[in-house]
Amino acid sequence: MKLYCLSGHPTLPCNVLKFKSTTIMLDCGLDMTSTLNFLPLPLVQSPRLSNLPGWSLKDGNAFLDKELKECSGHVFVDSVPEFCLPETELIDLSTVDVILISNYHCMMALPYITEHTGFSGTVYATEPTVQIGRLLMEELVNFIERVPKAQSASLWKNKDIQRLLPSPLKDAVEVSTWRRCYTMQEVNSALSKIQLVGYSQKIELFGAVQVTPLSSGYALGSSNWIIQSHYEKVSYVSGSSLLTTHPQPMDQASLKNSDVLILTGLTQIPTANPDGMVGEFCSNLALTVRNGGNVLVPCYPSGVIYDLLECLYQYIDSAGLSNIPFYFISPVANSSLEFSQIFAEWLCHNKQTKVYLPEPPFPHAELIQTNKLKHYPSLHGDFSSDFRQPCVVFTGHPSLRFGDVVHFMELWGKSSLNTVIFTEPDFSYLEALAPYQPLAMKCIYCPIDTRLNFIQVSKLLKEVQPLHVVCPEQYTQPPPAQSHRMDLMIDCQPPAMSYRRAEVLALPFKRRYEKIEIMPELADALVPMEIKPGISLATVSAVLHTKDNKHILQPPPRPAQPTGGKKRKRATEDIPDCKVLKPLLSGSIPVEQFVQTLEKHGFSDIKVEDTAKGHIVLLQEAETLIQIEEDSTHIICDNDEMLRVRLRDLVLKFLQKF
Amino acid sequence: MTEGLPAPSAGLAGARPGPGGTESGGSAPLPLPLPALLAARLWGADALTAGEALGPRARAWRRDARTYPRLAHAPSGISGLTMDPECSQLLPALCAVLADPRQPVADDTCLEKLLDWFKTVTEAGSSLLLLQENPCLVELLCHMLKPQDLSSRVLSFSLRLTGVLAAQEDCFQYLQEDSSLFVASAAGQLLVHILGLSMQGPAGGPPSLQAGDWPACAQKIVGHIEESLRATATPQITQALNVLTTTFGHCHDPWTQVLWVQLSPLVAGLLEKDPIPAAHSLVDLLLSVARSPGLSSSSCGLWETLAQTLSHLSPTQAGPLALGILKLQDCPQALRAQAFAVLLQPLACVLKAMAQDPGPSGVPDGTVGDSMTAGTPLPSKAACVGLLCRSLAHLELLLPLPQRPCPWPQALLLGAAVTLLQLCGGSARPACDMGRHLCTLLLGCVRVQRAALDFLGALSDGTGPRELVTQVFAVLLEYLRSPDSSPTVLKKAFQATFRWLLSSPKTPGCWDLDPHALLFLRDLLPVLQKRLCSPCWEVRDSSLEFLTQMTRHWGGQAGFRHALLASEVPKLTEQLLRDPESYVRASAVTAMGQLSSQGLCVPPASPEHQGGQQKSLLVELLHILSTDSEGFPRRAVMQVFTQWLRDSHADVAGDTEQFVAGVLQVASQDLDWEVRAQGLELALVFLEQTLGQPRSHCPHAVTPPVEAPVGPLAQALQPLCRVRLFDFAFRALFDCDRPVAQKSCDLLLFLRAKTASSSGLQESQSSPDVASVEAALQRWQAGDQAQPLGDLEPEVVLAVLRSLDLEGLRGALAESSDHVEKSPQSLLQDMLATVGVLGENEADCY
Repeated sequence: MKLYCLSGHPTLPCNVLKFKSTTIMLDCGLDMTSTLNFLPLPLVQSPRLSNLPGWSLKDGNAFLDKELKECSGHVFVDSVPEFCLPETELIDLSTVDVILISNYHCMMALPYITEHTGFSGTVYATEPTVQIGRLLMEELVNFIERVPKAQSASLWKNKDIQRLLPSPLKDAVEVSTWRRCYTMQEVNSALSKIQLVGYSQKIELFGAVQVTPLSSGYALGSSNWIIQSHYEKVSYVSGSSLLTTHPQPMDQASLKNSDVLILTGLTQIPTANPDGMVGEFCSNLALTVRNGGNVLVPCYPSGVIYDLLECLYQYIDSAGLSNIPFYFISPVANSSLEFSQIFAEWLCHNKQTKVYLPEPPFPHAELIQTNKLKHYPSLHGDFSSDFRQPCVVFTGHPSLRFGDVVHFMELWGKSSLNTVIFTEPDFSYLEALAPYQPLAMKCIYCPIDTRLNFIQVSKLLKEVQPLHVVCPEQYTQPPPAQSHRMDLMIDCQPPAMSYRRAEVLALPFKRRYEKIEIMPELADALVPMEIKPGISLATVSAVLHTKDNKHILQPPPRPAQPTGGKKRKRATEDIPDCKVLKPLLSGSIPVEQFVQTLEKHGFSDIKVEDTAKGHIVLLQEAETLIQIEEDSTHIICDNDEMLRVRLRDLVLKFLQKF
Repeated sequence: MTEGLPAPSAGLAGARPGPGGTESGGSAPLPLPLPALLAARLWGADALTAGEALGPRARAWRRDARTYPRLAHAPSGISGLTMDPECSQLLPALCAVLADPRQPVADDTCLEKLLDWFKTVTEAGSSLLLLQENPCLVELLCHMLKPQDLSSRVLSFSLRLTGVLAAQEDCFQYLQEDSSLFVASAAGQLLVHILGLSMQGPAGGPPSLQAGDWPACAQKIVGHIEESLRATATPQITQALNVLTTTFGHCHDPWTQVLWVQLSPLVAGLLEKDPIPAAHSLVDLLLSVARSPGLSSSSCGLWETLAQTLSHLSPTQAGPLALGILKLQDCPQALRAQAFAVLLQPLACVLKAMAQDPGPSGVPDGTVGDSMTAGTPLPSKAACVGLLCRSLAHLELLLPLPQRPCPWPQALLLGAAVTLLQLCGGSARPACDMGRHLCTLLLGCVRVQRAALDFLGALSDGTGPRELVTQVFAVLLEYLRSPDSSPTVLKKAFQATFRWLLSSPKTPGCWDLDPHALLFLRDLLPVLQKRLCSPCWEVRDSSLEFLTQMTRHWGGQAGFRHALLASEVPKLTEQLLRDPESYVRASAVTAMGQLSSQGLCVPPASPEHQGGQQKSLLVELLHILSTDSEGFPRRAVMQVFTQWLRDSHADVAGDTEQFVAGVLQVASQDLDWEVRAQGLELALVFLEQTLGQPRSHCPHAVTPPVEAPVGPLAQALQPLCRVRLFDFAFRALFDCDRPVAQKSCDLLLFLRAKTASSSGLQESQSSPDVASVEAALQRWQAGDQAQPLGDLEPEVVLAVLRSLDLEGLRGALAESSDHVEKSPQSLLQDMLATVGVLGENEADCY
């Protein structure tokens, strides 16, 4: 059993598990932090961005000034943003049989895998994962395609040139593999390969293994996966949450008794408690708006935004913000808000019951009805006529490199009355803000990451007790900035095996058993013999038939009747030669009695030596050695077959035969 | 029976032969299997002693009083005297409620009342009969013995009820049939009394100081205690220790020292056992002995025993003993040092674990004991947290005492409190494994945070090195800022911050904050701004309270004013007047009232708006007073208005009469009696100001206080009439809520006394006006308060005042307490009725 690690990002994993005869890809997350090296794509022409000076080398050489621009001491690539794909060289991805998706954030690289590697298998995911994943991809494609960029920079990627660049460009990894965003056509094609599954549904893969999605409590439709055969069980834990937010709670019990538990997708901000952060978010929002400023919340169009809106729903009246408009701007805003209301079966119990009231599960429906929350596909069109300040705007993309958020940053960045509140934990807010510096607006960092923290992981591991834990290397030591926080790492026994990008791990357990079925007529013919109280044995002579990873013992063909000469000859050709089987032996040899027997049979000068595994009986005169161990006996003598057979028969006297 | 003891009464012996079965034999030794049995048998001793003092006749009367009435009457007749059938019917349901942990009992008051009633019932009649006729009571008491999740209120109630019932001899016997913990406890109490009584001795002279010469009864008891102390079963040892604790607590005669000398080897012997049995009771006993003035501690080896105990007990068990020792007035210095070291040990251990270099950390010698440094100091989270919290609590109790250890290690304690808070908050940087372990244990621990903040606040009374004080403010700011601080932790952080700001060094001749504190304030105000916008109402509430406190103390100081006015805090506070949570609105009203008093509602840069802004606050508060649906904000408004009137607030002083008239009119119609009562308070202030009472006024008031009137009385009363103060006061006189009526009565009596001394006013006693007012008042008293009194002339008011029997009314009000609600039946009904609705009322506190 092997694990091929294609991604180094612990929360955007992409691993391939080879288990029995199957090749299973676990998630295909897309690392978008690479886009932070690029200049933002402004939706409305930005004189500031277009007039940034080109960057030149220390010696004044300016051959890169078209590709690289300088802003407040940072250097950015002026090109269509590119993403860092999972490793494609470590394993031939056309051999992947299935891809299991655990949540909509972990499928963003799917079109790259399914459309460009020769992949011909099936993708499994829950319905909300697919629908919301589609929205995220659609938004991403839309954000990038609607701001066509004439140039695509590639000079800077040259290894010799990259070395000369300032950080962080100099340290960017695998820049040659970075790719532009996929197209909507590729997205559609990729999504068409997905087969929908429900929680606890058992899916057979080639009869060899069974995969089952379990609720992971993190997002609508988010799953952990169980991959098991008759005697082995591997659990794959991706983004999971034990907090009571909107999704169905996490199913922990089904993870018990795993041989291997692959643990990814823990919280990215282990020191920030989501509750405290939500409070912080609300306080800062209210403080800004009360002072007449605007609030910008860069976010994804699904996920935490539902919880934030719910929290604000309860808070705005108390904070005296009833008259402040809330805008949600995304090409998929409408679908996202509506989808969330129809996935009743994937919601937490509280919200499920509301469906029967009848009341929409999420209160954002009421915010929309009362005109407190308005949503628009883009800032062009209706929004520009409705727009009223002060206001709160939720819009993407959290990287601040594309999407409507770029415009609001340009618009509001100059006033210290305004605030940008970062809630998504995926991007470093300082890096995200770098191309907008100098910035007068206030910046508040309230990362809300509901995924498991280390205390919860430690409880989970105690509860489900896997034999082995495998996790990204980042989880096996405290974060570099908080090296004293020994609580911020996985602590389990035996210690977790860690992996990093482009590594292949041999998983530390051996397959020992395989299930074999016996045909009923064969089973009927068996004659068990009790060898110990409670234990009976029977010998089986059969033909092992293996097909689709199922093993069946069938009755052996009958020996042909010795009738006609020709026929007989043919029969012997067809049927495998069934030799007369030697009897099976059992029991142990009592050394003292054995020696006495040898003496009775005329052997003398016998010496017995104890060894680690048993005994050696030395017949010095005959220059012969009998090595008796628990499961074998060897007679070693020089070319004296007669002597060997005599001794063998004496040994056999002590053993049972059947 | 042994000598000196009378034979038990025939009735008692006949009714309940003891397990020994040799009652009648006068010389049979007294078996002592159970303290309770002993107590029951010794009952006669009590009777004898008391009887001899009272004389035989009185003794007979006492017995008669207990027994004859119930023999004379049929049981049904008796139960009429003790408990009526209606109550008897309600009692089983009530007992079921009390026994059910899922049904919380209304409050302690109900149980107190219930207990009072039971006392009356048992005093009037037989407890035995009460139990026999109401088996549900015995069931309840037996139910309490089962280990279960009982509320402490009910448990305490049951214990005390058992005591009340078992105080009667036959009832005691009756309860003995059950395996009753309470009876054992009561028996222990009884033993103490018997011991005390037997030692007083019938001969009259002081008892011998030789234990061998003591009365046989006393010797038996002491023997029994000795036997119990030698026992292996912890409950038996506990009981013996408790009996001794009570003995030394109650009795300080010289013989107690003999008793201690005799028993102390056995007590010390307990320390040899592992684990030490009944450690808690042992500590109680040792402290009881140490506090007893009857013992000369130094001569009986007590100090040695205490020192030995301190070193044998676990740190958790030793804490209370150490605190007790340090509270003792005279105690050897070495023992005090040892006790103090016990209390300091957990904190010293924390400091040591967090020290960058393991050099001297100012820890007193011997504090960091072996157990702490040997690597097994703080085993589990629960144990570590418990130990630290107790240690902090003990030290906090010790802090204000005059006998606290000297020198007091202020710097060490400050450092420890700061370190603990840093550990809990995650900002500590441990250098060793022990520190990292502590960090993991304490991270986010609210209990330790609360205890450490309380302690830190208490430490503000002392001084500290500058760099430590800087650290204190830094850690407080960290807590005030942290999004993870729970509301209670935050409240305590605010309290501690306020205390530390109060204690920060003052610039000579100036009451303003010192430059460091002002710097801190600059960091603090943005935090306060954010907290005022918190989605958690408890946080908004405590932020407002903190602001009010700050403004009250430094509102007049330039540095504070400047910082506050430059922030958004006043504006945000004003917005919280419309908060959806009534507690927050109330706190916002108080805060705004305070800000306004200090002229901090508007930036001083725009004086042209000042009047308008202030007016609008008055209007806003009046609006709250007349429209807010909750009582708390309205009460807060009345308090602010009263204060404003008292301080001659600029806004009020402009047209005081109009202000008072408006407020009284609104307050008189308020449904909340506290608002009406506060209205009378405001009326009193106005009255005092009008009639010239000395009063305090705010130093920052814009206009000088109203001058006392010098003209004739009628003129002086005119303003009161114009604001319709009498309409309000007379109406309040017949208020359905007693406190309002009482307050009004006091106000009118004060006014009458004031006017009686004045002369020059003709009373119009028989004018038609007076008659109509009196008629109106009679209608009011009858409940019809629709018709107003109209404009009153001072003469009419005085006439009515004289004609009213205010003293009589005051007497009636003082007497007419809740006599209606006092009936036991209504008490039982109320308790049963409230059981269902309790859940809703529990969330009020945080």
